[in-house]
Amino acid sequence: MMRLFAGLAGLVLALFCASLLIGPAGIGPVESLHALIWGGEGPMVLVMREIRLPRAILAVLIGGGLGLAGAAMQGYLRNPLADPGLIGVSGSAALGAVVALQTGLAAVAVLALPFAALAGAVVGMVLVLALAGPRGSSLTLILAGIAISALAGALTTLALNLSPNPFAASEIVFWMMGSLADRSMTHVWIALPLIVIGAGMLATLARGLDALTLGEDAAEAMGISLYRLRLTLILGTAAVVGASTAVAGAIGFVGLVVPHILRGFVGARPGALLWASTLGGALMLLTADIAVRVLLPARDLKLGVLTALVGAPLFLHLIYRTRREGQ
Amino acid sequence: MRSRARISLVILALAAGFFSPAALADIPQRVVSMNLCTDQLAMLIAAQGQLVSVSRLATDPRSSAMVNEAKGFVQNQGLAEEIYLMHPDLILAGSFTARASVDMLRRLGLRVETFEPAYSLDDVADRITQMGDALGRQDAAAQIVADYRAGLAGFQQQAGRRPRAALFSANGYTANDDTVAGQILIAAGFDNIAAEVGVTDTGVLPLEVLAMAAPEAVITSTPYPGASRSEDIMDHPVITALRAHSTSGSFSDADWVCGTPFVLRAIGSMVELRHSMRTP
Repeated sequence: MMRLFAGLAGLVLALFCASLLIGPAGIGPVESLHALIWGGEGPMVLVMREIRLPRAILAVLIGGGLGLAGAAMQGYLRNPLADPGLIGVSGSAALGAVVALQTGLAAVAVLALPFAALAGAVVGMVLVLALAGPRGSSLTLILAGIAISALAGALTTLALNLSPNPFAASEIVFWMMGSLADRSMTHVWIALPLIVIGAGMLATLARGLDALTLGEDAAEAMGISLYRLRLTLILGTAAVVGASTAVAGAIGFVGLVVPHILRGFVGARPGALLWASTLGGALMLLTADIAVRVLLPARDLKLGVLTALVGAPLFLHLIYRTRREGQ
Repeated sequence: MRSRARISLVILALAAGFFSPAALADIPQRVVSMNLCTDQLAMLIAAQGQLVSVSRLATDPRSSAMVNEAKGFVQNQGLAEEIYLMHPDLILAGSFTARASVDMLRRLGLRVETFEPAYSLDDVADRITQMGDALGRQDAAAQIVADYRAGLAGFQQQAGRRPRAALFSANGYTANDDTVAGQILIAAGFDNIAAEVGVTDTGVLPLEVLAMAAPEAVITSTPYPGASRSEDIMDHPVITALRAHSTSGSFSDADWVCGTPFVLRAIGSMVELRHSMRTP
């Protein structure tokens, strides 16, 4: 377990540094890291501290948050198909964010944007859990997710089409696919508090989720309050996904792919899967964000494109396996 | 043989002379424009009563330089159906204007004259001339071209140091020297950093590259109302820092987006910006 932790953490650190060194400005690694750490005068400090650093930090925060949220949801629903993006939570969060931006609420108060996204995510979460039922059978879960995603997507598009700003309508793809291009430290400060609080809430679920593998009755006998567990899950996931979506758009599949890959490494224990998926999610989003910059620089390829290219085939595989087990 | 050829030439010339008054009948009497740029050229050149309708954008102060004039015309949304019902005898469209609508109007047997976008300050004069020909108002167009060229020549006599400037608009788009916006900058006495750093084939100037180029003037587009991520970039801390260290200016689509004589106004405002800069 320690080796897994050290390996993942080492990789995250390495990719974080790589993310800082890649960009169109073409400045050498030594002087760019020097400018980042020691500061000084000149445009290089600006590039490192205001463009590359926030991008790398957001990739870690958002990737880690999405990985964690996916692992927590899958643990609670005991269903490997749960992912905040797939079941419509990210879409609802995007709707909340777009409404806050287009009504001008986000311009009035800085935290209005992430909190509106959080509110959207809570609504999406509650709807999905209510529709899917306590055990969340795969079929109802996915169906509920499709319905909520479609509705949230349509309303997001409507809000953007109604905007007086001619650019807003072209940003539908950003809200549906997500991107970290040209984000700044401002966005880090908008997202950081809620992601950290939400992640902290989800981290407390480790014991409860482990107990839940024995069944709900056994978990309650062990002193786990299912009501509290569910409430913590909803608020924690909504905080993480809401804040992430508010600054980077809806990035899907991270919460699906990462727990799936790492489950075997942690002996299928949902509690341990939480921290492993946090690191794994950060790793996946850092990789995706480096890839979009290397593959198609200056074209702002959306992160959701890459995560879906990896995630969708896996999703199909999981559906196939679920169907076979059901027979 | 030769004398017969000469005679036939004379006859031809006579025939041409005889028929030329009939060409007057070809002058369009009900003209509808469905593109922001042809709207403005037509309003400048058309005779009283010749132009019937202009596009909706022509009355939008953020995009159009002739809002007040445009209010005197019927507005259209650029849809084939409504334009057909106006019974125009000439339709003016940009070459990239709603292709489907333009094709349908042509199928319906209407005359459509398309105008290429202007890619340079010289193109502006060509478009004015083209509009004059289309409307049968060659004299009016020639007068406007003459005034335009005189105005342009006035700017080109300026000499002095050429500060390095960057044009930066929504989504990080910039303009290189092969665009009207880029040539406005040059005519106003600036050097465009886009030429120096090399812009991607999509016309995007990455924020990092802009920061490293450290221009002496940053000229950003004026944001539209309502929020958009595309225009958020103008409030990025890097742009704020660049503005603090250099001269900053702004431009709005109205005078910049179309190849009309209003580009002279845009050049004028940039010349003012250049004069306002401190000499280092």
